[in-house]
Amino acid sequence: MVKQKIVVIGNGMVGHHFLEQLANRSEREMFDVLVFCAEPRPAYDRVHLSEYFGGRTADDLAMGKVEQYREWGYDLRLNDAAVAIDREAKIVTSASGASEPYDHLVLATGSYPFVPPIPGHEHDKCFVYRTLEDLDKIQAAAKDGKIGVVVGGGLLGLEAANALKQLGLEAHVVEFAPGLMSVQLDEGGSNLLREKIEELGVTVHTSTATELIEEVDGGRLRMQFKGDKELVTDLIVFSAGIRPEDKLANSAGIALGERGGIVVDNQCRTSDKNIFAIGECALFDNRIFGLVAPGYTMARTAVSLLCGEAAEFNGADMSTKLKLLGVDVGSIGDAHGRTEGSAAITFVDEQTGVYKRMITDRDGKKLRGAVLVGDTGDYDTLLQYHLNDMDLPEHPEQLILPALDGAAPTLGAGALPDTATICSCHNVSKGDIVGAVQGGCCSLGDVKDATKASTGCGGCSALLKNVVDTELAALGVEVNNDLCPHFPYTRQEIFHMVQVEEIKTFDELLHKHGSGKGCEICKPTAASIFASLWNEHIHKKPHVGLQDTNDTFMANMQKNGTYSVVPRIAGGEITPDKLIVLGQVAKKYDLYTKITGGQRIDLFGARLEELPEIWRELTDAGFETGHAYGKSLRTVKSCVGSTWCRFGVQDSVSMALTVENRYKGLRSPHKIKMAVSGCTRECAEAQSKDIGVIATENGWNLYVCGNGGMRPRHADLFATDLDDETLIKYIDRVLMFYVRTADKLQRTSVWLENLEGGLDYLREVVIEDKLGIGEELERQMANVVGTYQCEWKTAINDPEMLKRFRQFVNTDVKDEKIVFVEERKQRRPATEEEIVKIAEPA
Amino acid sequence: MSEVAITRTEWLQVCKRSDLVAESGVCALVGDHQIALFFLPEQEPQLYAIDNWDPVAKAGVIGRGIVAEIDDVLTVASPLYKQHYRLTDGQCLEEEDIQLAVYPVAFEGDEVLIKLDQ
Repeated sequence: MVKQKIVVIGNGMVGHHFLEQLANRSEREMFDVLVFCAEPRPAYDRVHLSEYFGGRTADDLAMGKVEQYREWGYDLRLNDAAVAIDREAKIVTSASGASEPYDHLVLATGSYPFVPPIPGHEHDKCFVYRTLEDLDKIQAAAKDGKIGVVVGGGLLGLEAANALKQLGLEAHVVEFAPGLMSVQLDEGGSNLLREKIEELGVTVHTSTATELIEEVDGGRLRMQFKGDKELVTDLIVFSAGIRPEDKLANSAGIALGERGGIVVDNQCRTSDKNIFAIGECALFDNRIFGLVAPGYTMARTAVSLLCGEAAEFNGADMSTKLKLLGVDVGSIGDAHGRTEGSAAITFVDEQTGVYKRMITDRDGKKLRGAVLVGDTGDYDTLLQYHLNDMDLPEHPEQLILPALDGAAPTLGAGALPDTATICSCHNVSKGDIVGAVQGGCCSLGDVKDATKASTGCGGCSALLKNVVDTELAALGVEVNNDLCPHFPYTRQEIFHMVQVEEIKTFDELLHKHGSGKGCEICKPTAASIFASLWNEHIHKKPHVGLQDTNDTFMANMQKNGTYSVVPRIAGGEITPDKLIVLGQVAKKYDLYTKITGGQRIDLFGARLEELPEIWRELTDAGFETGHAYGKSLRTVKSCVGSTWCRFGVQDSVSMALTVENRYKGLRSPHKIKMAVSGCTRECAEAQSKDIGVIATENGWNLYVCGNGGMRPRHADLFATDLDDETLIKYIDRVLMFYVRTADKLQRTSVWLENLEGGLDYLREVVIEDKLGIGEELERQMANVVGTYQCEWKTAINDPEMLKRFRQFVNTDVKDEKIVFVEERKQRRPATEEEIVKIAEPA
Repeated sequence: MSEVAITRTEWLQVCKRSDLVAESGVCALVGDHQIALFFLPEQEPQLYAIDNWDPVAKAGVIGRGIVAEIDDVLTVASPLYKQHYRLTDGQCLEEEDIQLAVYPVAFEGDEVLIKLDQ
């Protein structure tokens, strides 16, 4: 088969999406693909550009990775801009002189920032806000500056102001129009946004036209405004809108719109049918779509057509919900009520700073638009009414009024049509989700895996859960979160009861809130909750029968009924003397010895009755239990840090020791792993841990809820440049909140994915203390820390506890059924065949 | 007299009440039989004796399992692969054709007595 050749010009987010979508299709094999990228690196997430100053690196923002493209078999030409298209010969020429023929050409050239032609705008302290290189330049210029001005008060301008603020500058926003975000917000919303942003220390100048920029004393810039006002600043960032990057298309004779933009039809084809244009360079229906979601839809349309399927792009809804400088802002449809015959309902709460306005038709039957500032909780519901043209309820004002009895009435998922888009990032409709549930997905997690819904920005998580629950209920699947048949409550509810009623024993808990005699689910769960709250020894009499076998014997049972022993080696740091002790103990008891993934040493093959002797020797040498057997903190892995490493910027080992010694012994819904890296090279792999700490020049970045293992999850950046004290405070709160609210045996990764409101909500609880429980969480943690005991040290000094560690209660003989053989100079359990062979007389 | 003597010899002393752990299990060696003993003071009967050998995991670990009530029946869950065995008759709830041997067991004062089928 002769392959067709696709040349893609531009590797921004939309270009990348095109390539990613194509790579995932079987038709991929039909094409050779070549990509010209003018920038020195492949696509990155421009939507979150301001986070570059908040601790995220170019790598964190990267979307297209060079290795990934190689794996997909794409020919990626970085740093090489396409400069000419010969449409007749179907050849693209690049800046480096390459000449590449194509069968299909995809223009994904994006846009460039519009810089108003103000005299002085070319000054070298004037910047635009578009690429990582732009940000590097702004950062360099901000180093010795105090003040930064953004020209442009739209969505991107406010993002840029946020970036300047993060650089430590006093930020000003200069806007020509009378209000901020005038495209998306009406006057009321715009005014409130302004108030909120000014509260955060950003000065806003609206209705202000800049007439001149000139250098004054010592390289600063003076901005002369119309009407004799002026402002002196250290740097200026232009963010006054975007213009489609259409020069290449223009010089190739492809049709453009009157005011620029490559004209495309509903197949995203330009005036040359062999050439597609997608994303911000494309003009459809005389509009440029300056958001990522419509760009992605165009990319998918082009991919489908290339693969021989029918597809259409028919414009896109430009509704948007985002957080600007920490302020929630949402805009839906006709936000200004410009459609004839519109009526509005407005809710304003000046005390809490909330503005909500919905635009309906005259009868109040259909929702045409909405503006939300300060609280976007109703956004999802309103958007669905708008997108699906659904009839509004009898009293539509209820949709934006605060409900007196708690939760606002949300739109029943059952009322949505199957075509309703639930996740716009991945274009997942309600029908797709219903299909996934009917196809066997029984949980939110399953549905996310199967459809990718809510794995992009996560904004639709509450709605998705609603749809999944409704569909499960419709199928007759009981959505039962009961802990077990003995307790008709979730783990979280039981935790609350135990805490509030100060319940200390399982009998009391069962008597008050449960029924029957308990099982292997509720008993260890209760034991874990008691330990989290009251921290009594797990072998204290009423708790003994509640523990799983590993907790019962404080060691990990292996397949032949023997145990492995893991002493704590905090931070992976160990003296030679202690290392020798481990060797001596292992030798004496003939224990198979292996280094773990968590920088510890695991000693295998201990018989039950040997455990106390082994631990007597280990505790005598100063070792403590490593809790490898518990649902509790395992290890805090660390790199060697600034003490030794030439790249280290902080002492990661000391921090790892502090963290490990603080949280050792904390019983939790599932095991917890942590790591501390001394610099951004991240040798401790902290981003795959429940709690990950990475050193920066200014302190520590905190990552949360990562996971390795069966279902890897990259940890989320939670907070940046923390000092030691704040770092510990946040970890205390995150962990205790997890311990309180997680389901049984739920790792932090799954917990966060199921937490309504996700990472933002967790930040609100922990950083902003939205629930007012921050100090209580810290107190609770302080109690656990203050009551720590090495469980093994206590046990070997308590004859009653030691009674348990007898193979047989009536004799000292060993269990003869345990058979070892030697392999690579150590013992291992014999296989069944080997046991038979050994038993046969020679 | 002789009848009583015969009865007495069928019941074997295995250990003391104080060797047991309430709400949990221990293991005794009777002849070459490993027998798990569960002591549940709140239940009737209070004592259960069941084979210690886990036929699925092929290891002597049943005495270290957790006691679990499943559908109103008391069971012990294997600590290795989590099958449930009824304490009263040793039937495995997950695998119909697996059943552990159980033995009559009783207190006599502070002594724990057990009767093995010969």
